[in-house]
Amino acid sequence: MSARAWSPPPLIANPWLRRGLALAAAAYLLAAVSSIEVNWERVREGLDRGAAFVASFARPDFVSRWGDIHEGIVESLSMTFAATAIGIALALPVGLGAARNLAPAPVYALCRGVIALSRTFQEIIVAILFVAMFGFGPLAGVATLAFATIGFIAKLLAEDIEDIDPAQVEAIRATGATWPQILVYGVAPQVMPRMVGLSVYRLDINFRESAVIGIVGAGGIGATLNTAFDRYEFDTAAAIILVIIAIVMGSEYLSSVVRRRLQ
Amino acid sequence: MTAVPVWRKRNRREALTVWLGWIAGILLFAWSWKAVSDATMWVFVADAHIQAADMLSRMVPPRWSYMERLWRPLWDTLNIATLGTLLGLAIAVPVAFLAARNTTPSRAFARPLALLIIVSSRSINSLIWAMLLVTVLGPGMLAGIVAIALRSIGFIGKLLYEAIEEIDPTQVEAIQATGASRLQVLTHAIAPQVMPALAGISVYRWDINIRESTVLGLVGAGGIGLQLMASVNVLAWPQVTMIFIAILATVVASEWLSAKVRHAII
Repeated sequence: MSARAWSPPPLIANPWLRRGLALAAAAYLLAAVSSIEVNWERVREGLDRGAAFVASFARPDFVSRWGDIHEGIVESLSMTFAATAIGIALALPVGLGAARNLAPAPVYALCRGVIALSRTFQEIIVAILFVAMFGFGPLAGVATLAFATIGFIAKLLAEDIEDIDPAQVEAIRATGATWPQILVYGVAPQVMPRMVGLSVYRLDINFRESAVIGIVGAGGIGATLNTAFDRYEFDTAAAIILVIIAIVMGSEYLSSVVRRRLQ
Repeated sequence: MTAVPVWRKRNRREALTVWLGWIAGILLFAWSWKAVSDATMWVFVADAHIQAADMLSRMVPPRWSYMERLWRPLWDTLNIATLGTLLGLAIAVPVAFLAARNTTPSRAFARPLALLIIVSSRSINSLIWAMLLVTVLGPGMLAGIVAIALRSIGFIGKLLYEAIEEIDPTQVEAIQATGASRLQVLTHAIAPQVMPALAGISVYRWDINIRESTVLGLVGAGGIGLQLMASVNVLAWPQVTMIFIAILATVVASEWLSAKVRHAII
């Protein structure tokens, strides 16, 4: 009798379930792959264009459209700052209301509803609606980003408040503090460091998103980038993407420094 | 008579720094708002509430019959997300092993390269990737799949390499002590430790990818976004509502499924 080599136990113990799942996965993959329609002729043509695009990263053209790039970047940045500030200001009351240990049940339900609404849809879908309401331009972008910021910040703030140490709140209350004083001296110091970190993080996200919502007319660098692609001006597109990457990396570095100093 | 000192949270210098910070922030906000305001046609904003009410009245009731033409785009959306995640996974796993400090073959060359791949994939939104790929590969699902994959590499790669760096080294040593080769160490000591993390990360990313693939069609990369763009362009608001409902249902279902799977794994 030959000795059998040890092999690790399978993830799913039941052999029928295991084989059934594997079979189902294989069948799905087959169906999914066969549903892709590829025009290989077009791909072959496009690959030259792709190569040209990759090559253009070696010689990005910042100069010939610098006016447009500069304008787009400044617009993106101003949208980002304005939307983050407005969004956070609006998110604070919503976050307070969505914390189970502070808010009464009806307020809690309402605020959780606002958070769910804001988190469900992609920024770009919200942008389509705001563009229809406010017209083309950065204001629609600011409204979009502020709306998305509310859901993000309020949800994390509410979770943070629910996790605070109740003893500190009680100690403040025992001094005869009013409700706003309890918030300022009992709750805020406990959630502040993380809130600042999250705000910087959201600033970072908002900039990335501001580079995209321009596609549907909500202002920012996205519109410039879209135009560059439509005109096959790959040198300019490469320059814009490099600028975006540089700003994103810079802000990511900044936010990591800020978060480290706060902890 | 000396005044009784009052407790203060900050000393004078800290207080000054905080105030300067606030002033700088407010100035930045004022400048930003001015820039936004200058680029805005306020005449159009003045009647925004009328526009909104008008739009809302056109959006309800949704055109339910349009749903029968949405099943195929929804199936495409699902496929873009799933195949994109799998393709991204296939590239991200080796990249993560190259990027992790304890598994990389060379710290001087392979690790920085892998980190560069991860960072550049993460900084570019999947819609920008899609825009780029549509010009290269032509409009359609393939561009969407590759866009989702390229965006997923950074996300999966970053979380996975952090998981690899946090593994328990004693298990690796134990396997090495049996005389195992490098490959055997990888499959028998490292892989079992990062497998749950990898599965969790992949399902999480799949969930995000479902959301993102619903809008890729806006730039022509396939999926239900194509129908959305077409309906918005002809102002067919009842159809737009129907598409929103379909997207909402898909997102909620995928979120539920991913939460279930992650719960089962961890």
